Amino acid sequence: MRQSATEKQLDRALPDRPGLNPDTLIEIDHVTFGYDPRRPILSDVSLNFRRGKVTAILGGSGCGKTTLLRVIAGVFPVQQGRVVFDGEVVDARNKEQLYRLRRRLGMLFQFGALFTDLSVFENVAFPLREQSDLPDSMIRDIVLMKLNAVGLRGAAKLRIAEVSGGMARRIALARAIALDPELIMYDEPFAGLDLISMGVAAKLIRTLNDITGATSLVVSHDVPQCMAISDHVVLLAPQGRIVAQGTPAELMASLDPETRQFVRGEPDGPVKFHYPAPEMAVDYGLRSQADARSVAP
Amino acid sequence: MNVFAFVGARALAALRGWGHAAFFVLELLAAVPAALRRFSLVVVQIHAIGNRSLLIIMASGLAVGFVLALQMYYALVTYGAAESLGLIVNLSLVRELGPVVTALLFAGRAGTSLTAEIGLMKAGEQIAAMELMAIDPRSRVLAPRFIGGMISMPILAVLFSAVGILGAYVVAVLLIGVDAGNFWSIMQNQVDVWRDVGNGIVKSFVFGIVCTCVALYQGYETQATPEGVAYATTRTVVISSLAVLGLDFVLTALMFSTR
Repeated sequence: MRQSATEKQLDRALPDRPGLNPDTLIEIDHVTFGYDPRRPILSDVSLNFRRGKVTAILGGSGCGKTTLLRVIAGVFPVQQGRVVFDGEVVDARNKEQLYRLRRRLGMLFQFGALFTDLSVFENVAFPLREQSDLPDSMIRDIVLMKLNAVGLRGAAKLRIAEVSGGMARRIALARAIALDPELIMYDEPFAGLDLISMGVAAKLIRTLNDITGATSLVVSHDVPQCMAISDHVVLLAPQGRIVAQGTPAELMASLDPETRQFVRGEPDGPVKFHYPAPEMAVDYGLRSQADARSVAP
Repeated sequence: MNVFAFVGARALAALRGWGHAAFFVLELLAAVPAALRRFSLVVVQIHAIGNRSLLIIMASGLAVGFVLALQMYYALVTYGAAESLGLIVNLSLVRELGPVVTALLFAGRAGTSLTAEIGLMKAGEQIAAMELMAIDPRSRVLAPRFIGGMISMPILAVLFSAVGILGAYVVAVLLIGVDAGNFWSIMQNQVDVWRDVGNGIVKSFVFGIVCTCVALYQGYETQATPEGVAYATTRTVVISSLAVLGLDFVLTALMFSTR
């Protein structure tokens, strides 16, 4: 017998699914994804993100951190496995469902992704104008409140070309929280910031999470800042392999060589500094490839 | 065998590209009603696409009118038919030169601007940000530009032709001394509003749809790099120009073949 649309919808809503913790907002269940299916960026990744917590996703460049956020937001359809958002399987091909879920999340892009033809005020007002029927006076109050939260109420009238990189990140944060989302995803919120701006950004992430009760996912490779503000840390290696996860204190105390290398920033260790290459002597023509192979262990 | 494989792969890639573009156009058309409900967004685009193209369109129309009047006069005066100059200039402009030259200029001025703007929005992740705010960029960004281009092009073409006719009047009547009464009256008697002017407007409307679609598609599908945006703007001009010239031949054959 064929299932009705409602039944299918009910099948997708899985709040009472055995094994799914009600504290879990997002479940990544054996997800495999690659822009080129022959070269997966995420390979059989399984993770859970708890409600109301700040979770930091750490890892070197190219290990799939940003891709993981985009898979959660349904930007790309997964090739295997599934992403479950608040009990509902994210279907990247179902635009209606996707937009409904996305109204519940906010994302801070690595470079802000601010609309350069709009002022600071209008950038923050943008999601409110597009997604709500609020009167202008109320939109004005909300925008000023959000800008105040990031310390930029005074910059409301500036053009985007007139603000610094750190300010742009804070404006983008104000825009991301304009609709009070349940999930806020931060993509490299500390990249390119000076020490003061970095500290301000880190404090903001923690404070906003505590005040709004939202769930925060912070993708970064800045270990000290993430350790300072996170409840839970996930350390990823290439292809989304989970090296370690736990509280910041647990990761800092870990004796695992790969975890130690990353959290202490050691230049060499299990993660090699050099990209795989033939011997230098071969590249300089001092020895043939065959010779190099014959002496190789 | 390799040749067959090569040709087959190229054909499949071309078909895939056409299919992709066709889906893009369908999605764009589906987004039009939503954009029409927020007409203020369209008005902004008519200003950006239409108003800001006025100078180059009118200057070009004037120059074309000047040159056309001179060349036609040299040709017609040999046969003692200089009075028909107004008619010939008018028909050339409203049927062919107005829509075609306006479309070519539109592709160069507004088309490249649209492609670069959308391409840079994509490179700056503004399109992705909109998607993640659950805002459809087709309705919010593409469709208002599409409608703006579709409305602006016929108006620009009419203005091009009007300014061209005035330019021809200046050269033929004021400078050369062709009789003003003949210049206007023959034109008035022989030019049909629906068949000549109307068909010219229909042509420019079609060119508006094609040029704007090409510009938006190239911008939306561009690789988000400086080189990608540069290639996309170049492709906009090349594809739009070729499409306009090809379509002009087809439309002319369909519109004026029975007279």
